[in-house]
Amino acid sequence: MSRLRSLLALLLGGLILAGAPPQRAAEAELVADLSDHLVAITTGFAGTEVLLFGAVERAGEVVVTVRGPTVPITMRRKSRIAGIWMNTASMTFERAPSFYAVSSSGRLDEIATESVRQRHAMGTDHLELPLAPAKASPNVAQEWRNALVRAKQRQELYARDVGRVTFLGARLFRTKIFFPANVPTGSYQVDTYLLRDGRVVSAQTTPLIVSKVGVEAELYQFAHQQAAAYGLVAIVIALLAGWGGYALFRKA
Amino acid sequence: MQIYLPIAELSLDVFLLLGMGGVIGFLSGIFGVGGGFLMTPLLIFIGVPPPVAVATQANNVVASSISGVLAHFRRGNVDVKMGCVLLVGGLIGSTVGVSLFRLLREIGQIDLVINLSYVVFLGSIGALMTYEGGMALVRRRRKTPARKAHRHNWAHGLPFKMRFHRSRLYISAVLPLAVGFGVGVLSAIMGVGGGFVLVPAMIYLLGMPTSVVIGTSLFQIIFVAANVTLMQAVQNQTVDVVLALMLLLGGVVGAQYGSRLATRLPGDTMRVLLGVLVLAVCGRLLYDLVSFPVDVYTLGDAP
Repeated sequence: MSRLRSLLALLLGGLILAGAPPQRAAEAELVADLSDHLVAITTGFAGTEVLLFGAVERAGEVVVTVRGPTVPITMRRKSRIAGIWMNTASMTFERAPSFYAVSSSGRLDEIATESVRQRHAMGTDHLELPLAPAKASPNVAQEWRNALVRAKQRQELYARDVGRVTFLGARLFRTKIFFPANVPTGSYQVDTYLLRDGRVVSAQTTPLIVSKVGVEAELYQFAHQQAAAYGLVAIVIALLAGWGGYALFRKA
Repeated sequence: MQIYLPIAELSLDVFLLLGMGGVIGFLSGIFGVGGGFLMTPLLIFIGVPPPVAVATQANNVVASSISGVLAHFRRGNVDVKMGCVLLVGGLIGSTVGVSLFRLLREIGQIDLVINLSYVVFLGSIGALMTYEGGMALVRRRRKTPARKAHRHNWAHGLPFKMRFHRSRLYISAVLPLAVGFGVGVLSAIMGVGGGFVLVPAMIYLLGMPTSVVIGTSLFQIIFVAANVTLMQAVQNQTVDVVLALMLLLGGVVGAQYGSRLATRLPGDTMRVLLGVLVLAVCGRLLYDLVSFPVDVYTLGDAP
């Protein structure tokens, strides 16, 4: 039995190896890169644009998706009680992208089939936002999902519209990805897809890091890792500022 | 010019923050109030998450109180013994308050509680200020004598009596402990020093002489606000030093000009104006609570 299994494994391994070269050839159909692999949040950070550019071997349509690190997200729903709006229900998504943007060289529903869009999360309607079936019926779950997308769009963290991928000639393409000032930190995944006849023929994944750097990063880490010392420093700063004001005031 | 706030995780205009610090500092210089009850709602209006606004403002209260208390110490207007009793209550109250804050945040009701507390307190204080200022204006015209502050001495029946020489009082320690506790809880939840509650409570409830009330309240507020800052930093990580620094810089300068100008301004008219301003902020918060929200669904705090 175990011999048979190892033989099977060997056979499968051989198949995968044999399958690899043509796949690699297919990948060469598409090359893409970012103008910057690090979005650095500095003191003056007010949002930034990153350029994605690339080339395709033969004409086709290009779709680019950008996804931030996956995090659990809790949504809350308000209802009116005694004239006041208060949170009365909540729902937690175990995994949701903290940031999402999509760009395309054409209308998504024209260049990709429904199942392709679903599989590769092309467009906010096709984001994978799983909810435990026990938690909500499909209708209710869809309502919470839509609410999550709307709330993220208000924060500019999920794209409202599909961005433009523009072709320069038949082979070179480019698109701009905008990151607002409140962009979450972490490792991002930028996926570039080449499509023909509604199907993905080639794909490439490019990593992107969004990180606080310099003073901002140090302060954040200080606040979270040595919380008590951070609190004391904040108090000392306040005491000094208050005392300084008093001293200045007496002189004047 | 934008500046990125590392804890609030958003960027705001430097001059807006300096200006807000300056204006609130100016007002607090004129009226001798901490200004927390105006600053925290303003921060929330411009998009700072309420937990960050409250915790950061507690830190600013430390700064705005220290210069006041130094001046009062020089004039001997601080009842240290009374201050310490209030402080014991205040430290317990603010510690409980910060834990309550954390609990409310977890169950998603913190924004509601902050807003409601502000509506209740700003509403009553704004109304009182406008009324008292207005009455004073009317009185001055009619030349009728001012109303005397009467003392509630029912508290004399309580146990654990203590003698407070500086305040010329012999009262139960339970009362200042309870007052300190209540203001401590408020301080933690609303990000204010609580002077606007403490001062009337000391005059009317404890029966302290007016001369030592301000100095003594500032004395205890410094420690309570420092405790709130530390607790918020440890439990919730919501104190933003960059934001605090911006507001402090504006505040220190504003307060100087404010207190210099205070002597030259018609006090009662200004009190009415401040009352109206307070009522306007209260109205805006109340509107947010009762009007139909942009979306009934909102993102909860990151767990």
